[in-house]
Amino acid sequence: MKALLKRDLMLALRAGGGFGLGLAFFLIVTVLVPFSVGPDPVLLTSIAPGVLWLGALLSCLLSLDRLLALDFEDGTLDLLATAPLPLEAALSVKALAHWLTTGLPLVVAAPVLGLMLNLAPAGYGWLVASLAVGTPALSVIGCFGAALTVGVKRGGLLMSLLVLPLYVPTLIFGAEAARRGAEGLDAMTPLILLAGLTSATIALMPFASAAVLRMTLR
Amino acid sequence: MRWLSFRSEAARAVTLTVRNLTIARGGLPVLSGLSFLLEPGQAMILRGPNGAGKTTLLRTLAGLQPPLAGEVSGADDTIAYAGHADGLKAMLSVSENLRFWADVFGQQRLDAALDAYRLRELEHRLAGTLSAGQKRRLGLSRLLVTGRPIWMLDEPTVSLDKDAVAMFAAAVKAHLGQGGSALIATHIDLGIEAETLDVGAYKADPNALSGASDEAFL
Repeated sequence: MKALLKRDLMLALRAGGGFGLGLAFFLIVTVLVPFSVGPDPVLLTSIAPGVLWLGALLSCLLSLDRLLALDFEDGTLDLLATAPLPLEAALSVKALAHWLTTGLPLVVAAPVLGLMLNLAPAGYGWLVASLAVGTPALSVIGCFGAALTVGVKRGGLLMSLLVLPLYVPTLIFGAEAARRGAEGLDAMTPLILLAGLTSATIALMPFASAAVLRMTLR
Repeated sequence: MRWLSFRSEAARAVTLTVRNLTIARGGLPVLSGLSFLLEPGQAMILRGPNGAGKTTLLRTLAGLQPPLAGEVSGADDTIAYAGHADGLKAMLSVSENLRFWADVFGQQRLDAALDAYRLRELEHRLAGTLSAGQKRRLGLSRLLVTGRPIWMLDEPTVSLDKDAVAMFAAAVKAHLGQGGSALIATHIDLGIEAETLDVGAYKADPNALSGASDEAFL
């Protein structure tokens, strides 16, 4: 498992690995928002948590089609499926590698982008906390979507259509926690619900992902 | 736990038993009534025209797809499969590629694999910069770091030159000498003492098991 994590991280960091693409996309989306809604600070403050969450979610989605497609094309998935490592574990590790290279940088960059959107001072901690708790679920659910569409030529768009609805609960509770935090309300309840959602997806999703991947590899 | 299972495997000599096997591709039966025994130290060459079901047979035995009927014993965690694709990462070096598979299969040493296919001088080259034949050699050397007793090879000599074919034949002979076995789908003469299994004789009647769609496995 360690070997797979190491390899995935190494591949992401080398040329063509796509590390930082999600982050750059997040940056650009966030910068575009003031252009589209106008520079009114009050308006920006009120929409900042939601925009940041949506931006993070879309950046996560952007990098998903590389998650399994490359390994499928060069035959690595076939070989992994016959390896002693259970496919469930292999997919969990791949989701973890995806989170480390996509989700974690988003969590770190979010406060800086919050500054650009005039996020209320009380909201920074809650924003980072909600993203840190919520983005692992995005990677794990995304891994399921990637496994479902990996055999489909140009399955990227199909995958987005399948994955986005599954992201809704995470988005609702994550953005709610960030919004309540920014408005100085109690944000603990949505954050705990978000943590529950994330824990459940981490525990259950790899089994679904491995099952559909076995079907695809046939 | 993983490496424990390995140590025992490397030393284990396994007989692969196939009884009355029926296999399907895309829901249509391609081979039926197939029975054979592959004993330690034995090599078997699969022959048959294109589309006869050689690849499907190898994939089924490797556990990548379920058989329609019949039984296979001795195939659990004993098979090292090498298909048409080598599962190499272009941005990793030759030794990094091998190291990854050695780690996944719980093996330590790469020396035997590097020497058998004369990959020493290429050790630090990125796999993406290798020629087709060199890539194939690297893909085949992977079998030596799996430590598994039964090799399943699908057209292993594609894009190999005469010398490399000789390296491959020598590697297979050494593997057989250590009590391993090999099932090879190929059209050229490898100079290995082996039984020939012509799968054409077991061609299934496509209508015989109609309704054998994927739903049957669900």
